[in-house]
Amino acid sequence: MAKSNKPIVWGPFAAGGTVTAFVTPVLILLTLSAALGHVPDGLTYEGMHTLASHWFGKLAIFAVITLSLWSSAHRLRSTFFDFGLRRDNLIAAVVYFMAIAGGLACLVFLLCI
Amino acid sequence: MTQRSIDLDVLRYNPETDSEPYWQRYSVPHHDEWVVLDALNHVKDNIDPTLNYRWSCHMAVCGSCGMMINGKPMLACKTFMRDFENLIRVEPLANFPIQRDLVTVMDDFVSKLARVKPYLIPKQDKPIEEGEYRQTPAELNRFKQYSMCINCMLCYSACPEYALIPKFIGPAAITLAHRYNLDSRDGGRDEREEVVASGEGVWECTFVGACSEACPKHVDPAGALQQAKIASTIDWFKEHLTSWLNK
Amino acid sequence: MAKQVSGKPYLREVSTTQWYLRNEIYLRYIARELTCVFIGIYTVILLVGIWRLSQGQVAYEAFLQALRSPTSILFHLVALAFSVYHSVTWFNLTPKAMPIQIGEQFVPDNVIIGAHYLGWAVVSLAIIILAGVF
Repeated sequence: MAKSNKPIVWGPFAAGGTVTAFVTPVLILLTLSAALGHVPDGLTYEGMHTLASHWFGKLAIFAVITLSLWSSAHRLRSTFFDFGLRRDNLIAAVVYFMAIAGGLACLVFLLCI
Repeated sequence: MTQRSIDLDVLRYNPETDSEPYWQRYSVPHHDEWVVLDALNHVKDNIDPTLNYRWSCHMAVCGSCGMMINGKPMLACKTFMRDFENLIRVEPLANFPIQRDLVTVMDDFVSKLARVKPYLIPKQDKPIEEGEYRQTPAELNRFKQYSMCINCMLCYSACPEYALIPKFIGPAAITLAHRYNLDSRDGGRDEREEVVASGEGVWECTFVGACSEACPKHVDPAGALQQAKIASTIDWFKEHLTSWLNK
Repeated sequence: MAKQVSGKPYLREVSTTQWYLRNEIYLRYIARELTCVFIGIYTVILLVGIWRLSQGQVAYEAFLQALRSPTSILFHLVALAFSVYHSVTWFNLTPKAMPIQIGEQFVPDNVIIGAHYLGWAVVSLAIIILAGVF
């Protein structure tokens, strides 16, 4: 019986799940504040542009978005299975494709800043 | 003082005469100090000698008397009658075929257990003349919790992934593989990984954690499986990255 | 093993679509898994924000304005709840996945979990400060 290649999707899932656990709640609070009409300084155009202009800011934004997308995609795959939608190969292809597409898009957007 | 009684609804099945299981109700005395196993023994001794079920030690070490009690996988000898009021539903352990009444077909579990090689595979052959293997208390504690498994299969009944994916190697078998992998005297991890790290092994687990909640010996199979996933992932990246670098 | 029984063993069916309704452990698991839906959608919103950022000030400020709808606020609140549930379940499970043995004993679960909650608070505070909220 061959060893599975699951680690290649599970490793980034574990990393993304950890990143998401630490930062997503506070990020939601920041955009919620903006949604309620109080845009924090860092979320204004000037603030975000400054952050995203710096290589470190680009790296941080890319890492958070890509790992969060991957982690959500992987969990969504197993959730579909748990709900009885068991075309696992098809679902895996779709969710990982979307995560990779999102990551690439993020890269392109960041390089334009 | 009149003895209180309580009803047991037991799922019966005789493969020679029945096409489907059916419920049979028995009224038993409701003693505070009784466990469900005592109630079943009372039924068999006094009411219905045709009732079939496995049991042995009556003290939660042999793992024989696993069954579904009010829908939860439990050891009948460790489930007290005083915790129930009206009706106790007793069924054979979930996710296993019913052989007869409360007796299940265990073959799947036994074969999976054998496949993970749950025994010491020494790193090197060591003749008796060279003396015993020595192990510090710290080395023992590293795997001790996972050695407490009594093979009762409650975890297999609790695990929804085993219910949905019958080929899943399952909590107890993988935990026992992990127990030997952690043992300082053992060198058999690579052999076990062929089964544990396969698509039927640890990767079917989604960390529901129901197995650890059901385990009567606090083995925490869910934890063992996550540790196995992390170890297998690190191995996978090391193997693939080093082979890529060596090209 | 003796197999002298003449009839077949009986296989009980499990619903592939409703198994999780059977008990509380399964329901909590499904709730935890569903956090990925809300975290995923929120991350896509962040991605759209980065996209608008790359298109310049007008586009980005339109994005900020679009966040001000009632639907958006409601989504934020729901997503916040699910996101926190993800964090809590993730941290609580960490000591099981990564036990730390020091000498003969293991570091108590509560210490590992507590350290994660502390780290979570520190990271959150740092991000809030960097965002100029204070």
